[in-house]
Amino acid sequence: MAVPRDYAYDEEQEMLKSAVKRFVSDIEPLSSLRSSLAGTEDPHLGDTRLGYFDLDAWARMTSLGWQALALPEQAGGADMGLVSAVAVVEEIGFGAMPSPLGVTLESSFLLREMNSEAALEVSRRIVDGEAVTWGFMTSEGSLDVSVNGVQENEGVLKGAVHFVQDLQKCKALLLPATNSGRTAWFVVELDSPGTSIKRDRIVDLTRDQGSVLFENVQATQLSDYLPDNQVYQRARPALLTLISADIAGSAEWMLQTTVEYAKTRIQFDRPIGFFQAVKHPLVDVMVHIDGTRSLVYAAAATFDHEREGALPAALSAKASASETAEFSANRGTQLHGGIGFTWESDVQIYHKRLIHSQHLLGDGMHHRRELAALL
Amino acid sequence: MALDRSFKDQVEFAAYCREWLAKNRPEPTRIPLPQAAYEVTLPEHREYLEDWQNKCYKAGLIATDLPVEYGGHGFEGFQQVATSEVQKANVPYFINWIGLGMAAPTLLTHGTESQKRNFLPTIFSAKDIWCQGFSEPGAGSDLASLQAKAERKGDSWIVNGSKVWNSLGALASWMLLLVRTDRNDKYGGLTYFVCAMDSPGVSVKPIHKMTGESGFNEVHLEDVVIPDDQRVDEVGAGWKVAMSTLTSERGAATGVGAVASSDSPMSHVERLVDLAKSTTRNGLSSWDDPAVRDRITRLYVRVSALVENGKRAQSKHLSGSAMRLPLQFKLVHSEILQEIHQVALSILGPSSSLYVGDADAVEEGKWALGYMNTYTNTISGGSSEIQRNILGERVLGLPKTK
Ligand SMILES: Cc1cc2nc3c(=O)[nH]c(=O)nc-3n(C[C@H](O)[C@H](O)[C@H](O)COP(=O)(O)OP(=O)(O)OC[C@H]3O[C@@H](n4cnc5c(N)ncnc54)[C@H](O)[C@@H]3O)c2cc1C
Repeated sequence: MAVPRDYAYDEEQEMLKSAVKRFVSDIEPLSSLRSSLAGTEDPHLGDTRLGYFDLDAWARMTSLGWQALALPEQAGGADMGLVSAVAVVEEIGFGAMPSPLGVTLESSFLLREMNSEAALEVSRRIVDGEAVTWGFMTSEGSLDVSVNGVQENEGVLKGAVHFVQDLQKCKALLLPATNSGRTAWFVVELDSPGTSIKRDRIVDLTRDQGSVLFENVQATQLSDYLPDNQVYQRARPALLTLISADIAGSAEWMLQTTVEYAKTRIQFDRPIGFFQAVKHPLVDVMVHIDGTRSLVYAAAATFDHEREGALPAALSAKASASETAEFSANRGTQLHGGIGFTWESDVQIYHKRLIHSQHLLGDGMHHRRELAALL
Repeated sequence: MALDRSFKDQVEFAAYCREWLAKNRPEPTRIPLPQAAYEVTLPEHREYLEDWQNKCYKAGLIATDLPVEYGGHGFEGFQQVATSEVQKANVPYFINWIGLGMAAPTLLTHGTESQKRNFLPTIFSAKDIWCQGFSEPGAGSDLASLQAKAERKGDSWIVNGSKVWNSLGALASWMLLLVRTDRNDKYGGLTYFVCAMDSPGVSVKPIHKMTGESGFNEVHLEDVVIPDDQRVDEVGAGWKVAMSTLTSERGAATGVGAVASSDSPMSHVERLVDLAKSTTRNGLSSWDDPAVRDRITRLYVRVSALVENGKRAQSKHLSGSAMRLPLQFKLVHSEILQEIHQVALSILGPSSSLYVGDADAVEEGKWALGYMNTYTNTISGGSSEIQRNILGERVLGLPKTK
C-alpha cells in the first residue's frame, strides 16, 4: 500500500486536532502547574517536587476518548492510527501539558503489537480511562533488553527499569522481560507487592520520571516469547514519531512566543525583531520546525500505510525533531534576554520540556547513526 | 497542442511519462553539457536542448495543465507528476527555464489575452528562449532602486539603461524587462515590459563566472523602441508584476514544467553517499568515518524534510498559512545544495583541488565545479539573506528591515 499524498489527514483529524487545541488552551495547564510548584523552585533548598497531574483534566480527556483513539475496536478503541495520534500529541506539546496522554498513546501502540487477550484486557482498561506507561531503560539509558534487563521466571519479575516517563500519573507499567534469551511483554500494577518506585528529581517541570524496582513481582504476560524484542521493534517507529510530534508542537509555541516578543520589545528605539541577528535565527527556527513537522506526518502516514518503510521515516523524524528541540529552545531563551532566563517566564518551562524530549529515546546523533546504516 | 489521448488518473499518467522518458532519452552530447541551463553557450548544446524541450512539450510533459488555447495540454493535476518523473529520469534539463519558470507564469497572471496567445506556445516549444532583465549594476538586492528608464513616445516607449547578470541573454530572443517610468516614485514608478532582443539598440556582452564558464551577460539598452502592446499590466504596476515573477522563480520547481537542473536534491545526497563509499583515505572508506557519515546523514534528513515539505504544502489541512512553506523552498534548497558540495570537497580532500580538464579529477571535476555553481542559487533570485528578511517579515510578521 502506498502512502497517501496528503498523509490521509482529513476533516476528521483536523476536527480532532482543533478540539484538542481548544481544550488545552481552555484549561491553561501551565497556570495550575505553577501553583503546584510553589516552594519547590530551589534545587538546593526547595521541597521535594511531585509530578503535577490534573486529574480533572484527565477525566475530561478520557471521557472524550482521546487516550483510546489508537486502540483496536475490539477493545472499544477508535482504531484511528498514528496520523491521528500525532495530531493530538502535537497540541499537547504546544500546550506543554503535564499529562499521561503521550505515554498512554505510546503504550497503545505497544499493546497493538502483542496479539493477546491479556493485552486487549489492558487496552480495555485504557478505554475506561486508566493511564498506562511503559519502559525498560537501563540505568545507563540503553534500550536493550539483553543488557541488564528484567528477568522473568514463572510469572515473577526481578530487576529494574529506569527513566520511566510520567510514572506517578499511571497505574500500570508495560515492560519486556527475558527468560533464557527470549523476550515477552508483561504488565505490572505499580502498587503490587515487591514493587518499589524511586522518583527522579528532573529538570522538565511538565513531566515526572522514575525507576521501578522489582523484587519478585507478580506480572501478567501480554505477548508470546519472541526473539529480538519484536513487539518493541514493531512499535518503535510510532513511539519515535509521537515524541517528535510533541517536539514540533512545543517548538512552534517557542517560535510564536519569541516572535511576539521580538515585535513588542523595544531596544535602540525599535522592536528587536527589526534586527537581522534576531529576525534571521527566528526564520531558521521556523525552517527547522517545518522540516520536522513534515517528517513527522510522513513518518506517521508511512507507519499507517506502508509499514516496511516506517523505521527510516521515524528515525529521520526523531533526528530532525531533536535538532529542532535544541535549536528552538536555545534561540527562544536567548532572544528573550533576561526575562527568558527567569523562573517566572513560561519560556523556561518549554525550554526544559524541549531538551527533555530531545534526548528521550535517543537524540539526533543516535538516530543518524542508525539511519546511516540504512543508506 | 493537446495530446490526443486521455489518462484515467495520476498513476496512469505517471506510467506514461516514465515509459516515454525511457524510450526517448537523448544520446549524450559530444561535449558534455554544463551542469545547469544557466551556463549553456555553445550553439550545438543550444540546438540539442531546444530539440529535447520541444519533444517533451509535444509529449505533454510541459504546459501539461494549461489551457489548450495558450498552447497547453488542458489536463488537471498532472504537471506535478510530469515534473517529478522528469526529475527522476536523469534526462537533460530544459533550456528555456526562465521562459517556463518565470515568463510563462507572469504572462499567465498579468499578460493580455493576445500576449498569452502570442508568447506562450513558443516558450513551451523552446522556439523562443527568454531571459530576465531586472538587476542593474546599482540595483541588486534593492531591486526597486533600478535606474534604466522608459519614456513614452506615442504608441511606443524609448528605453535606455544597463542590465547585468542577465542569464541566457546571449541566446534569448525575448527579455522580461523591468524599468523606471517615474523617477519620483521608487516602487510605483516601475513598469514591466517584454522586449525583443533583436530590437535595434540592444547589445549583449558575456561575463565570465568564478567557474570560468560564461552564461550571464551585461545588456545595454540604447534608445530601444518597445511598442506599448508589449507592456505587461499597467504603467506603474511593474513592482507587483516583478514580485510575481520572483515568486515563480523561487518556487519554480513545479511551475509549468520548469526544470533548470535535472538533479533532484535527493539524487545529490545519493551521489554523496556513493562518493564517500568509494573514497578511501588511510586505508579506510570515508563512509566508515563516523564524522563524515553523520554529516551526510544529517543532509539526508534535511533533504527528506524538504521533499516532505513539498508534499505537505499541497495538503489541504497541514500546509499551514499560505506562504509559509512555499517561501522556504528556495532558501532551504540552495543552502542544502551548497553544504552537500562542501561535504563532497571534504571527502575528496586534496583531490578536491583537481578541476574540470584534469585527467585525474574525480567524476570529471564535477564536485568542484558544482560547488562554485551552488552560489548561483544562494545569490540570485534574491539572496539567502533577502529570503530570510522576506520570511521574517511576510510570514512571521516581524518589522521590516527596509
Ligand atoms: C549566477 C547568477 C545569475 C543571475 N541571473 C540573473 C538574471 O538572469 N537576471 C537578473 O535580473 N539578475 C540575475 N542575477 C542577479 C541577482 O538577482 C543578484 O545578484 C542578486 O539579487 C543580488 O544582488 P547583488 O549581486 O547586487 O548583491 P548585493 O545586493 O549588493 O548584495 C551583497 C550582499 O549583501 C547582502 N544584502 C544586501 N541587502 C541586504 C539586506 N537588506 N539585508 C541583509 N543582507 C543584505 C546580500 O545578501 C549579499 O550577501 C544573477 C545572479 C547570479 C549570481
